[in-house]
Amino acid sequence: MWRNCPPEWTPCTKFWGYSAVTMIFGIPIQAFLGQLLIGLINGSFYAMLSLGLAIIFGLLRVINFAHGAQYMMGAFVGFLLLSWIGVNYWLALLLAPVIVGITGIVIERFALRRLYNLDHLYGLLFTFGLALVIEGGFRYFYGTSGQPYATPALLSGGVNLGFMYLPIYRGWVVVASLIVCIGTWLLIEKTKLGAYLRAATENPTLVQSFGVNVPFLLTLTYGLGAGLAALAGIMAAPIYQVSPLMGSNLIIVVFAIVVVGGMGSIMGAIVTGYMLGILEGLTKVFYPEASNIVIFVIMAIVLLVRPAGLFGRDA
Amino acid sequence: MTDRKPLLSVQDLNAWYDESHILHGVNLEVCEGETVTILGRNGMGKTTTLRSIMGILRKRTGTIEFDGKDLMNRPLHHTARAGIGFVPEERGIFATLSVEENLTLPPVVSPNGMSVDEIYDLFPNLLERRNSQGTKLSGGEQQMLAMARMLRTGVKMLLLDEPTEGLAPVIVQRIGEVLQTLKQRGMTILLVEQNFRFASKIADRFYIMDHGVVTEGFDVAELPARMDTLHEVLGV
Repeated sequence: MWRNCPPEWTPCTKFWGYSAVTMIFGIPIQAFLGQLLIGLINGSFYAMLSLGLAIIFGLLRVINFAHGAQYMMGAFVGFLLLSWIGVNYWLALLLAPVIVGITGIVIERFALRRLYNLDHLYGLLFTFGLALVIEGGFRYFYGTSGQPYATPALLSGGVNLGFMYLPIYRGWVVVASLIVCIGTWLLIEKTKLGAYLRAATENPTLVQSFGVNVPFLLTLTYGLGAGLAALAGIMAAPIYQVSPLMGSNLIIVVFAIVVVGGMGSIMGAIVTGYMLGILEGLTKVFYPEASNIVIFVIMAIVLLVRPAGLFGRDA
Repeated sequence: MTDRKPLLSVQDLNAWYDESHILHGVNLEVCEGETVTILGRNGMGKTTTLRSIMGILRKRTGTIEFDGKDLMNRPLHHTARAGIGFVPEERGIFATLSVEENLTLPPVVSPNGMSVDEIYDLFPNLLERRNSQGTKLSGGEQQMLAMARMLRTGVKMLLLDEPTEGLAPVIVQRIGEVLQTLKQRGMTILLVEQNFRFASKIADRFYIMDHGVVTEGFDVAELPARMDTLHEVLGV
């Protein structure tokens, strides 16, 4: 019966044992799975970054354009810690988010906080300007060419999965980002601190009237968001080159993902991040010309059909 | 009742929403264990008075003293810690929190609060629905929850803004019973209420507000003699 189906509907067939190449949807399975993995890795970074953006937007109502710069800073802090004082990857994985998180706290405490009572546009413009300053600063000292960051010895090499070769580090990125995303989601949905965050997202004044120090909560949240971006940055360092512009290339895509997922929806940001990463990867297999724009096409469609986003609350 | 030292003392309170001057020198006092009701028509500044005492409305002048502490120059989150709980008119139940998360959200400010079990004894409906989304409750249940969550914190005084608004008579009666229970436990209550019949059953004392000032104050015992003026001022 399967013989009557069009070839793209028959997975892994085409005369078992006779063909050298196993096909899926009319594409060699190696190419398909390879792009699926690349999509999943990109999706891992998209998910971690859009998660931080969604948390910051949800509570602070600030569209954090500095998020890409904070991602870049995470990678650079890791690179500088290694080249200056020989701090290894594992320690940098802890230190980079903490250091960048502290810079985020300073920024919130002394600048961003003054903009909450103004139009959202001021927060956007401020963080956009901040991103330009940070990126310009790093470009002044390090140029635009990327700095290499070696894969940690424990995670170097790869495994042959039969259908493809999987570099261990990339597998680690997918697993680690899943842990980070699920961990952050649990923190927000299942803990007392998360309950404060959710309640303050709905009605900050009332939560503060209960005796909760909401201004401190906002500072903490911005630090957490910046730290998450930095964690993604240090994880990206061994895969992509550490360059001052690595964040600005990525952040526009991440903003599109946040819009598709729904501004302020935590689960939406995570799921949409992975989903669109994979979709982008698969587009490279089926119609490579469209792979750079597919996420923006989806964004346009979602904005037309469901302006609040796929997981947005007030559609 | 009134010869005791006041727990809350408000003097010459002025307050503004942006440019509009709403309160023009409000004076009022509430003693420990007392239930005081502010009566008045819509738009006379009753809610604004509660919001100014709480510190939600920041543009204000005058003196607000609670339990010997000056409340004027403290940030909003210090008012609750001084021992005042606010139950807003719109109830403020959080949609992204379960009933139990809503209940346990406000931090405990003194060890005198009720335990969660005691609260569930007082509000059995909330126990049944503790895992529901907060805003899936009926209006009456949301009002119960809004009051219940302040009882856990151990505040000395409750500011209640129109707790019976839009609720069925049987629920209003239930809220009256709850307030009586709280009075017996020694809770001090400042109540803003349109429902005069409801307020007359639980209040010890009344203030009448008109155009941003308190025009008179009297004990519940004087109520029959005052009915004519009340009819005139409130239209009840």
